[in-house]
Amino acid sequence: MAKVFIYPATSLILSDLVARFGHEPLGSAIAIREHVQTPGFDSPPIQMTSDDPQKGLKWAAVEVPSGIRGRMSLYGPMVEEAEAAIIIDEPELAFGCMGCARTNELLCFMLRERDIPRLELRYPTSKDEGVTFVAAIKEFLVNLEVKKHE
Amino acid sequence: MKPYVPQYVGTVTKYVFVDSPDTTPQDIATAAYEIAQGVMIKETCFGCQITGSPEDVDRIIAHLRKMDPYRIYVKDRGFPPGDARRCRADLGGARPGYLGHEYEMGMIRYIAHGLEETDKMTKKELKAAAAKELPMPDALDVDILTSLIKEE
Repeated sequence: MAKVFIYPATSLILSDLVARFGHEPLGSAIAIREHVQTPGFDSPPIQMTSDDPQKGLKWAAVEVPSGIRGRMSLYGPMVEEAEAAIIIDEPELAFGCMGCARTNELLCFMLRERDIPRLELRYPTSKDEGVTFVAAIKEFLVNLEVKKHE
Repeated sequence: MKPYVPQYVGTVTKYVFVDSPDTTPQDIATAAYEIAQGVMIKETCFGCQITGSPEDVDRIIAHLRKMDPYRIYVKDRGFPPGDARRCRADLGGARPGYLGHEYEMGMIRYIAHGLEETDKMTKKELKAAAAKELPMPDALDVDILTSLIKEE
């Protein structure tokens, strides 16, 4: 079983397919869960603690807006522990504010920079494309398992 | 700041989505309740949310998937149900975060079809299907772009 980072990190489809074909999907929920189950300081409705932008300094410079650093404090450790990645090119659902957009760019850049197996594709728009989409992911994940055992 | 004492430490929460002509969200929730054994289950309009120890949640999900394997989808959730930072009972109005689900559920029928077809394929056929390129969307026509710029 390999740890596969999914982008968009909130994707239901990628999360389900990665788990369905026997691997562990790494997405937003995993990092958020760890965050909300760790004792610390609470400041509802803000989800982040004041430490998070500091942790994010490992992946983004101090000039970078704190929103990006805060998000990177969640995603950064997961990108580092990922053993593979599946990236959807320009997903419409990942459209968001400046912090989200720049974090997404940084995330994709970091995943492409890392020397790990990577699959890049886009969302299907028809049944035929659905077959290609699922086949590409299945083929990628099945071979990932084989490579890990070699 | 007040000290934060987390709830449900050590548990996992998973969403179960269903988009099927044969299985309703109520069927999913009922089947989950039947084997819940103390695991927290929340029925929703799209399926249910299950909160419990990882083993218990996996057991229930494996059971649910058998009901309609190509049309039941599972995803992790970070917050437990009823968390004051997310719950609409506390915040009021629509909860942010369902837009992504709504977007992806629009194309889930293609994924269901893909899963069904790839299950019947041999290794060779799967490789051939995976090698096909997903066509890029058509680029914006230059004339349309020019007219848009002129309108500005």
